[in-house]
Amino acid sequence: MEGVEKIEHVHGHHVDPVVEYQSLKFGMWLFIATELLLFGGLFAAYTIFRAKFPEMFAEQHLELNKPLGALNTAVLILSSLTMALGVTSIQRGKPKRLALFLLLTILLGLAFGVNKYFEYSAKFHHHIYPGTSIFFSLYFTMTGLHMLHVFAGMALLTTMLVLTLRGRFSDKYYTPVEVSGLYWHLVDLIWIYLFPLLYLIA
Amino acid sequence: MANHTIAETITIPYLEEKGLLSWLTSTDHKRISIMYLLSISTFFVLAGISALLLRFELLTPGKTIVDAHTYNVLFTFHGAVMVFLFIVPGLAASFGNFLIPLMIGARDVAFPRLNLMSYWIYLLGALIILISLSKPADTGWTFYTPYSIRTGTDVILLTFGIFVLGFSSILTGLNFIVTIHKLRAPGMTWHRLPLFIWASYATAILQVLATPVIAISLLLLIAERVFGIGFFDPAKGGDPILFQHFFWFYSHPAVYIMIIPAMGVISEVIPVFSRKPIFGYKAIAYSSLAIALISFFVWAHHMFVSGMSEVAATIFSFLTFLVAIPTAIKVFNWTATLYKGSIDLKSPMLYALSFIFLFTIGGLTGVFLGALAADVHLHDTYFVVAHMHYVMIGGTIMGFFAALHFWYPKMTGKMFNEKVAKIAWAFVFIGFNVTFFPQFILGTQGMPRRYADYPPQFHSLNELSSIGSWILGIGMFVMAINLLRGLFNGEKAPQNPFNSLSLEWQVPSPPPHENFEEIPHVTDWTYGYGKKSA
Amino acid sequence: MDTKAHADETINHITPYRIYVLVWVTLMVLTVISVGVSYFHFGIFNIVVALAVASVKASLVALYFMHLKYEDKITWVFALYPLGLLALLIGLSISDVFFRAVVSP
Repeated sequence: MEGVEKIEHVHGHHVDPVVEYQSLKFGMWLFIATELLLFGGLFAAYTIFRAKFPEMFAEQHLELNKPLGALNTAVLILSSLTMALGVTSIQRGKPKRLALFLLLTILLGLAFGVNKYFEYSAKFHHHIYPGTSIFFSLYFTMTGLHMLHVFAGMALLTTMLVLTLRGRFSDKYYTPVEVSGLYWHLVDLIWIYLFPLLYLIA
Repeated sequence: MANHTIAETITIPYLEEKGLLSWLTSTDHKRISIMYLLSISTFFVLAGISALLLRFELLTPGKTIVDAHTYNVLFTFHGAVMVFLFIVPGLAASFGNFLIPLMIGARDVAFPRLNLMSYWIYLLGALIILISLSKPADTGWTFYTPYSIRTGTDVILLTFGIFVLGFSSILTGLNFIVTIHKLRAPGMTWHRLPLFIWASYATAILQVLATPVIAISLLLLIAERVFGIGFFDPAKGGDPILFQHFFWFYSHPAVYIMIIPAMGVISEVIPVFSRKPIFGYKAIAYSSLAIALISFFVWAHHMFVSGMSEVAATIFSFLTFLVAIPTAIKVFNWTATLYKGSIDLKSPMLYALSFIFLFTIGGLTGVFLGALAADVHLHDTYFVVAHMHYVMIGGTIMGFFAALHFWYPKMTGKMFNEKVAKIAWAFVFIGFNVTFFPQFILGTQGMPRRYADYPPQFHSLNELSSIGSWILGIGMFVMAINLLRGLFNGEKAPQNPFNSLSLEWQVPSPPPHENFEEIPHVTDWTYGYGKKSA
Repeated sequence: MDTKAHADETINHITPYRIYVLVWVTLMVLTVISVGVSYFHFGIFNIVVALAVASVKASLVALYFMHLKYEDKITWVFALYPLGLLALLIGLSISDVFFRAVVSP
């Protein structure tokens, strides 16, 4: 099987690289399905409580910092772009470019986290906590769980960056990068719904 | 696809390499399956002992051996450990892990290291649950709010342990789905797959899609206790029934995670011991997928008397009747397989036949409970307890024991004592019915569940039920001893003692690490009994 | 079967940089629109616009950034099935919460 990179194999058996690539991608999509259902429970709670307490939502969502939320949305969408550009880079055999894009993505994720830190601090400063009301319970649990996933994504991408710098990836083998990218886009995707539901709808 | 030459070392039987560390770090699906098997059996024994204690308390009215609080702890422990540490991982993690790669003609699962990680996560979850026993929860395994928010017992650790276990379940399911899609041997088309694989596939879908919802439910419960969020607390504008919706959205599909693999086992055992092809292969295969789909539509039938809306309750009651249909399809097809077959009543077959009989009773009584008007009277009575044990013991455990006896030669390379196995079966079958059948009657007479005490008119049936539990316990004990003895004193097992046609029987007993010397090329389906096979 | 050629076909659909940038621009425009609309009071229309825009954005991310447009059918099934289940969870739970009979004291 010349010309095809042998994937690192476990206890001696050789795995067809195409099957390995397809399996990893499919596996990640399955994992994404589980994340959709995890957050889905929170979206269900949101829908039910919003329908029950429309005035509470109308009133209390004004306490949220819309410009900061919008900025964070832009940050995350940009980070998805840099991630996608990174994948195309390595598909075209440019690991240095991939490293750059991965770094940018991670830094943007960090920026998101810093913004969130300011937001949460401001809330606590005004004595607004998760237990303060149903609206804020939803706000903190939804954005909090999302933030945990942002951190997980950043850890994943940092690992990818380290491996890229060690020369692990090429145009013949980049599966973990692509699959990590999928996870990062999921994090963006969830925020795309969180933002309007919490910050924009009156 | 080119034939690979496999190095000498790969054909060593998977049991050969010794040492605890070699087991705990092995990514061989067969070793992982044995580790799961031993772990879940240990927890089965622990939860079983708590059940025996419960039944001992109920032997006589008034306090027999424990007070009411301890009783509540015991049934919470029994339920939580049985459900999350035994039966949900259950057949899938143990037999699924062992058989899936072998049956599809692969060397291992798609992600062997992830498989090992799933097992470690299971152990971690188990450890957390055991630690929670320092202040054991008394909420029942269903953790209904608001009591679960207010009780001083350690709900947080118990639910967090279950949350961790959920990951094990999700990752195992994910692994199996990818394995079945991507690693089938050449010629192993979907319609040539053994029915155990179809069952495992349907189960894996449920594991992947349903488990995240209980994950979020338990996280929210923990957040209620720790941060005071109020989704389920009426005092804060929340709705306790919402917790039940979230909880049962997972827990109903979960019961199908518990039963579908057992049904898969029955579909394998019946043809082998009737020497006939399975009747209605496609119907059985697709009915597993149908159950996996419809099981998501029925969850609120656990909540009919909770205060939920009657409109919604009526909808759910109707949908519940639908889910019985694919199950009935299976029962009809198994029965048709037996008809005019050459029946061989070996121990796996005895358990499989028991399954059909007992699970039918359990399933039908489920339909009674699904009828809204009947459920109003039967909810939270012993009728429900009897129903669930008929499906879980009469169903899943019978399937589990059938699997244990059927694949024992393949997994261990030894044979157990068949006569003792049959005697143990008799004790199990009789003991089970004596324990649980009276509970149907107690339920219709109005005895509530989860109560440490009962009025004197229920005494004699409770006494009978408790005696039954001892017979059941003895039967399982004898069965366990028999299987353990076989490991040390049993005859060496032939490659295919039951003359089965599926792929796992075409490799040595026990199989080598890499399963197959050469990946087989499949040309016929698994059930060609009675025909000149390809 | 030439494994490398086969690998090339199945693995190597490469999305050009400019497509990604185009998608990003669209996403930013949509974000600005949704934020802009939120400053006005259109009643129920606010929710409709916000969710519609979010769904378009999510679809763009999924189809292009996540490459779903070029994936096989089984991936689509597993990507969309959870959404159906969520619709079920939300829909049937709401049917309970909002059709409860009011119990008079």
